[in-house]
Amino acid sequence: MELLIGQMFAGLSLGSVLLLAALGLSLTFGQMGVINMAHGEFIMAGAYTAFVVQQSLGSAGVSLLVSLPAAFLVGGVMGLALEGLLLKRMYHRPLDTLLVTFGVSLILQQVARDVFGAPSVDVRVPSWLQGNVELLGAPIPLTRLFILALALACLAALALLLKATPLGRRIRAVVVNRDLAEASGISSRRTDQLTFFIGSGLAGVAGVAVTLIGSTSPYLGPNYIVDAFLVVVAGGIGQIKGAAIAAFALGVLQSVFEFSTTASIGKVLILAAIVIFLQVRPQGIFTLKTRSLA
Amino acid sequence: MKVHGKKGAFIPVAAAVLAATLAGCGSQISDPAEAGEATGGPESCVDTSGDSVKVGFLNSLSGTMAISESTVFDSLSLAAEEINADGGVLGKQLEVISEDGASEPTKFAERAGKLIQQDCTAAVFGGWTSSSRKAMLPVFESNNSLLFYPVQYEGLESSENIFYTGATTNQQIIPALDYLAEQGTKTIFLVGSDYVFPRTANKIINAYAEAHGMEIVGEEYTPLGSTEFSTIVNKVRDSGADAVFNTLNGDSNVAFFRQYKSVGLTADAMPVVSVSIAEEEVPGIGLENIEGQLTAWDYYQTLESPANTAFVTAFKDKYGADRVTSDPMEAAYTSLYLWKAMVEKAGSFDVDKVQDAADGVSVEAPEGTVTVNGENNHITKTPRIGKITPDGLIETVWEAPEAVEPDPFLLSYDWASGLS
Repeated sequence: MELLIGQMFAGLSLGSVLLLAALGLSLTFGQMGVINMAHGEFIMAGAYTAFVVQQSLGSAGVSLLVSLPAAFLVGGVMGLALEGLLLKRMYHRPLDTLLVTFGVSLILQQVARDVFGAPSVDVRVPSWLQGNVELLGAPIPLTRLFILALALACLAALALLLKATPLGRRIRAVVVNRDLAEASGISSRRTDQLTFFIGSGLAGVAGVAVTLIGSTSPYLGPNYIVDAFLVVVAGGIGQIKGAAIAAFALGVLQSVFEFSTTASIGKVLILAAIVIFLQVRPQGIFTLKTRSLA
Repeated sequence: MKVHGKKGAFIPVAAAVLAATLAGCGSQISDPAEAGEATGGPESCVDTSGDSVKVGFLNSLSGTMAISESTVFDSLSLAAEEINADGGVLGKQLEVISEDGASEPTKFAERAGKLIQQDCTAAVFGGWTSSSRKAMLPVFESNNSLLFYPVQYEGLESSENIFYTGATTNQQIIPALDYLAEQGTKTIFLVGSDYVFPRTANKIINAYAEAHGMEIVGEEYTPLGSTEFSTIVNKVRDSGADAVFNTLNGDSNVAFFRQYKSVGLTADAMPVVSVSIAEEEVPGIGLENIEGQLTAWDYYQTLESPANTAFVTAFKDKYGADRVTSDPMEAAYTSLYLWKAMVEKAGSFDVDKVQDAADGVSVEAPEGTVTVNGENNHITKTPRIGKITPDGLIETVWEAPEAVEPDPFLLSYDWASGLS
């Protein structure tokens, strides 16, 4: 029983990490057609932001709360720079964006290594997040609860932004039909920039979250990028709610597989499950309804 | 119909590619060995006519292994500097050629070839992962050149052209198991990264456990670099094991220890013995997550000996007071001095003469006296169990009474007879 609860929570908690890593990607890959391999390095930048903030503020608790908006800004600005300097030249050429952003990701890793050194740095966990609460005998780590709450908050904020704000309406309009949106007076250029800013900013926030569970090192990005793409593709490209469902489904499935077999076999089974799922539903859980031909 | 046609074409093509690849592998492995046997190796281009001699450092300065290997590069550089300041080797200054293995075994093989054939280095120092060593081995054998490999590894290997200056399994893993047994450990949970070293190490641990009345209550592997340990930590907790034997590599350790602690597991309740966490990894994991946990190595920065004090002082002077020294760094540092001692005993840089002179060469290293075993090209080392201290260093809590002879194939252990 105790183990069952622990495992159920492990699944949810893994799902929340996947969701955080994938949420921004779902926006930039899904809505803009850019395959951003540097998304993982934006996550890393968020993690290092948490480190820098903690070094300058000292207190682990305050710095965590300061880090979240700071990392959003850092990720967002890096995203803007990438979009403005490189990606705007290659919309509609997704394979080129893949190559270019892969190059950028390698450069960013090396920059991080030069600036922060190769070994991982320690981002301390605030005292109020250390330890765990017991739920029917199962220890539920507080850090994982915090990440779960953070992921749900980001999801809610993004959904609200897309559904209920003028910017969200513009983003959706551009996604559904770029030409028609332009014809009706929406600047698709500005919308692209803002979308990229928000998507990359969310990667920064994810970076702060993962400092609570794993290492903060230049090699952090590649650990998350593949899972993030899996979530986006399985969820249906451009679908925030699809990404959310896919993230939690994959998290729970993976922890079930891993529990009943081993971590390595679990990983194989989860990939096999995705392959099978995409055979049945190549478009992912949800599909975008669009009248545009592109 | 169309699909059929494609499949029909695919299979022969795939078979051809596979066959070509296999044929390529076969010729790569067998040809150089045959050539080496027939001619005694190709002519060496090492130039010893001037006042200097070239040596190669081959470490990953980029990629995932740079974290660890750059520290080895630092201690190698220190050793070269010291040797040069002291008059060099056989009166010749060392000229270091450094190459980046970039964390890719193929790159290691390619760069090793360049160091030997183009740069004409007298010996090469470096490598970390077993896959990099396995990739370099045929290069050094076919060119009859020397590699000094500084990292503890899974054993079951011996080559005339490689000197292994890190621990082999009977100098690290078996002593760690002996220590656990001595502490009354009956049940062990194994956690490791899914690649060569942990798989082999755990095979040895399983055999040991069977012979010594211990029980392995779980054995889990995660993909290299994995940071998700919720499920494993739950399994470990549920197993109620007396101790955990950790063969995780690199950053996975950070995630593992953080999540281990977050479900309430402590060093007192369930100690973790790690074989690849050294001094420089502690800050990244966070002292509060790992304090009190155990490690198995042959060297710690805190060892008290004149040779170690000199090494640590020189290292901090060169690289900064906040830097720490670790087992692989010390083994690399020592390897350069071992090579120097071999060359001086041989009176020549010639590889065959150095190999002949190697047996019994001894150096007063920071870890204590080490001696080359010419039979398997490994060295004697003193196993030590350490505990992470509140100041982030590692103190020795147990050490072998004397240096242990290397036994890479575990021939002296009856229970290990089925392993090699």
